[in-house]
Amino acid sequence: MNSGDNDDEIPEEAAIETRGLHMRYGSTEVLRGVDLRVRRGEVVALLGPNGAGKTTTIEILEGFRGRSAGEVRVLGTDPGHGDEAWRARLGIVLQSWRDHGKWRVRELLDHLGRYYVPYSTPSRRRPYDTDELIALVGLTGREDAVAGRLSGGQRRRLDVAIGLVGRPDLLFLDEPTVGFDPQARQDFHELVRRLADLEDTTILLTTHDLDEAEKLAHRILILAGGTIVADGTAAELARRVTGRAEVRYSRDGEFHTESVEDATGYVRGLFARYGDAIGDLEVRRVRLEDVYLAMVRDFEAGRHTGIPGELAEVSA
Amino acid sequence: MSETFAPAVSRSPRAAAFRAGLHRARIEFRQSATSPQEIWGALFLPVIALLVMYLMRGQKVPGVAFSLSSQSIPGIIGLNVVLNGMMGLAMALTIDREDGTLLRAKATPNGMLGYLTGKVVSRAGLAVAGALLPLVPAAFLFDGLRLGEVSSWLTMAWVMTIGLVAMLPFGAVIGSLFEGTQNVGVITLPMMGLMGISGVFYPLTALPDWLQWVGQTFPIYWLGLGLRSALLPDTLAAAEVGDSWRHLETIAVLGVWAVAGFLIAPLVLRRMARRESGSRVAARREKAMRRAM
Repeated sequence: MNSGDNDDEIPEEAAIETRGLHMRYGSTEVLRGVDLRVRRGEVVALLGPNGAGKTTTIEILEGFRGRSAGEVRVLGTDPGHGDEAWRARLGIVLQSWRDHGKWRVRELLDHLGRYYVPYSTPSRRRPYDTDELIALVGLTGREDAVAGRLSGGQRRRLDVAIGLVGRPDLLFLDEPTVGFDPQARQDFHELVRRLADLEDTTILLTTHDLDEAEKLAHRILILAGGTIVADGTAAELARRVTGRAEVRYSRDGEFHTESVEDATGYVRGLFARYGDAIGDLEVRRVRLEDVYLAMVRDFEAGRHTGIPGELAEVSA
Repeated sequence: MSETFAPAVSRSPRAAAFRAGLHRARIEFRQSATSPQEIWGALFLPVIALLVMYLMRGQKVPGVAFSLSSQSIPGIIGLNVVLNGMMGLAMALTIDREDGTLLRAKATPNGMLGYLTGKVVSRAGLAVAGALLPLVPAAFLFDGLRLGEVSSWLTMAWVMTIGLVAMLPFGAVIGSLFEGTQNVGVITLPMMGLMGISGVFYPLTALPDWLQWVGQTFPIYWLGLGLRSALLPDTLAAAEVGDSWRHLETIAVLGVWAVAGFLIAPLVLRRMARRESGSRVAARREKAMRRAM
């Protein structure tokens, strides 16, 4: 899952790059200077509370929306002037598709694939073979089902399949696993990893599922109030908020919870002092969810700095 | 799927999209032609109109010894071409914007070209089918229709072609301007009025002069006139404006509509397509769901 450190040095390898991206609707400023960079082959999760500007950002990157100001490059092209050859390299999975309700699964994938044929290259065969794609997203057996009669999770898999049909260099996934059962979610996570590792697909995903972001993404961006307030791996973000871990234990049947800097040392001390009286020991690293909530809360409290300060206490 | 990688198909992207559009037309035509609901929607007007005309078959065209019912058949067929072609396309576009089909086309390389090709060709096919099917019972129920002559079929072919070319672009314009399928209903009322002054059910010459002029500015009248010239005996031209089938005028008026349509439709379609995005589709969907509750 490591994209390699040497990538950092080559700026033209960026699949997505924005500088000072601004978006205003009337007098409301939705994006106030978004700077983000996604390297080729990287999987990046964009997190943020509702109304933070996630959808606006993604729609600008997809070329579906204009912008008020700022530099934007997606696969080396300004999305405002992206041509069809550029479009052929993008895959888009939006939140709530329900299009082509009367079409059969195979029929639709076969049809949409036809548009990508002229954009096939020796290194990237376009489109995906329909049957292979159906198997990839786990819709085998439902090839002849009508799209409008698929279950929610199956419809979502079809959406992902459509997003992949042109074997995209860059894939946008907007809340991809909403409505998935745990098995489907796990299958999907495997699919995303496979795309990133084997197909060299760059993926920008939004999600509200922080475990999902932590599992899938090389890097996490948190968008709040129209700017990126945090950028880093899940572990880096956790370190930035707090170096503490939570230790839970019982002593003589009484339960305690402590937030400590050095969990190992603290636990060693506990055993040295109380020995057998200690039970139900549990050490919990700070989770991305805690980090996220802390950062958003921090931001909303008015500290509009790029890096949120330390928190004394971590609450779940 | 082996054709996918064949070198023969990897020609120009726009050609590929156009061919994909024809593929789409075939699939969408099949979907409509096998849906009982859509078949009824496409045929209910001629079925009812034919029934009414059958019951009224004793009446004569004023000044000519010819059944008024037989005289109205071409107009009814023309009307069905308008409904299935132009209005059908408008409705389909609105529905496709609501459910995101159009946005999908936008997210696909040259997808709009393929989408529009598919829509227009499948709608034209349905309009022609909706015109020909009612002719079968009409042949048995009404006297005097010239269905056995090659010339009448040739005339019908060019009249319907130019009629569709004139009206389909405006179907696309209507479908782009109105947001939400309910709003397209707004256009139904003026359409009904237009039918009344287009000489569909009764010769235009029976109307006051100024209404005749209004009727003659719109393509429905000319489509009906052309179809009457194809299906009715030549003596019936006496019941028309100027005692003539006026083929040249038909080509001129429908031609002007066609040119205007091909100038206006791309502008309106482009503006509409530019504004489509995921959040717009989501907002529209939310609105539709609120309405449903």
